[in-house]
Amino acid sequence: MSKQQWPLYEVFIRSKAGLSHKHVGSVHAADAQMALDNARDVYTRRMEGVSLWVVEANAITASEPEDKAAWFEPAENKVYRHPTFYEIPDEVKGL
Amino acid sequence: MYTQGLDQQGDGPTLVENEQDLLEKFQAKVDAEEKIEPKDWMPAAYRKTLIRQIAQHAHSEIIGMQPEGNWITRAPSLRRKQILLAKVQDEAGHGLYLYSAAETLGVSRDELVDQLIDGTAKYSSIFNYPTTSWADIGAIGWLVDGAAIMNQIPLCRCSYGPYARAMVRVCKEESFHQRQGYEIMIALSRGSDEQKAMMQDAFNRWWWPSLMMFGPSDNDSKHSAQSMAWKIKRFSNDELRQKFVDATVPQAEYLGLTVPDPDLKFNEETGHYEFGEIDWQEFYDVIQGNGPCNRQRLAARKSAHENGAWVREAAAAYAEKQRQRKEAA
Repeated sequence: MSKQQWPLYEVFIRSKAGLSHKHVGSVHAADAQMALDNARDVYTRRMEGVSLWVVEANAITASEPEDKAAWFEPAENKVYRHPTFYEIPDEVKGL
Repeated sequence: MYTQGLDQQGDGPTLVENEQDLLEKFQAKVDAEEKIEPKDWMPAAYRKTLIRQIAQHAHSEIIGMQPEGNWITRAPSLRRKQILLAKVQDEAGHGLYLYSAAETLGVSRDELVDQLIDGTAKYSSIFNYPTTSWADIGAIGWLVDGAAIMNQIPLCRCSYGPYARAMVRVCKEESFHQRQGYEIMIALSRGSDEQKAMMQDAFNRWWWPSLMMFGPSDNDSKHSAQSMAWKIKRFSNDELRQKFVDATVPQAEYLGLTVPDPDLKFNEETGHYEFGEIDWQEFYDVIQGNGPCNRQRLAARKSAHENGAWVREAAAAYAEKQRQRKEAA
């Protein structure tokens, strides 16, 4: 028997209209349509979702955990991006 | 279903100095209850332990479909048949969540499947017992899935993110399994004398194997300490077994069952049940492949896998043809 493994697809579910799709796991499938069918059977047996995405796992580009500090540092040292950075007198309303 | 932690790898790797540093950071993260994710650095032994444990757990779910599948065509009503089908399908789903979690650690699905079929991987001892009457289906749902829940709830907080997330899904579904089993027992307990006897017989056969599901006693479970430090495991085998006995004995009494253990008694002081010694020889025999159904279970899995080969090949060929057509267009 051939040992060619079906590709891995990552599965994302929108649990209800108005919410984003969220990663839930993965399935193997010969092609994208089969991945959708398998994902439905494996991950939505109890009405977990109203919409499914499947993405071939090797199509995903991810950031490296080792770079986490440097990569996210620019966001960390710009506290003035948050509303709480600014001091407004208590008597001023509506801000 | 569940994991028994049968042969956890607890030996640490030989470390170079840089690794020592990484190891300390890793442990600090685990101690702070932060989750470890697939791409994070982790000790080789942590990875190896998790692959084995998650794989054993996945294999248990897959093999666990067989004893119950045995009764799908003979379920006593359409209602029971629908429920049992859904339950067995859930077990397949649990196996797939878990294989998916194991694969994030760098092992391939093919390797995992091969290890199960060639007998190098283990699975829970409980699935090597036969299901000889309908009452066994009740007993499995109530006791086996009940024991699985005790084991699995702490795993929802396991330090490895993908395993913990898979367990959250599994635990949500497991409660239905246990309740449908107990409901079967309730129906039998209100039935004829023959039905009551059938229920007691099933209980007699499943009680001790269910207690064995928690694994060896703490005195003989030498790798537990490392798994505790890594927060893969949260409670010892004996602690979980005690919880299970405490929860289950009153449920058995409600059904009018007699626990097949002459040493069982409630200790007013501790508030716990004391129970007799487990037949550890039987436990190790079953683990080593000599339980009542070990060979049958593996043969069934192997034949299902081999007989499905042409389907997998045809699907791959079809996908390739579609891809080529798309490219040509």
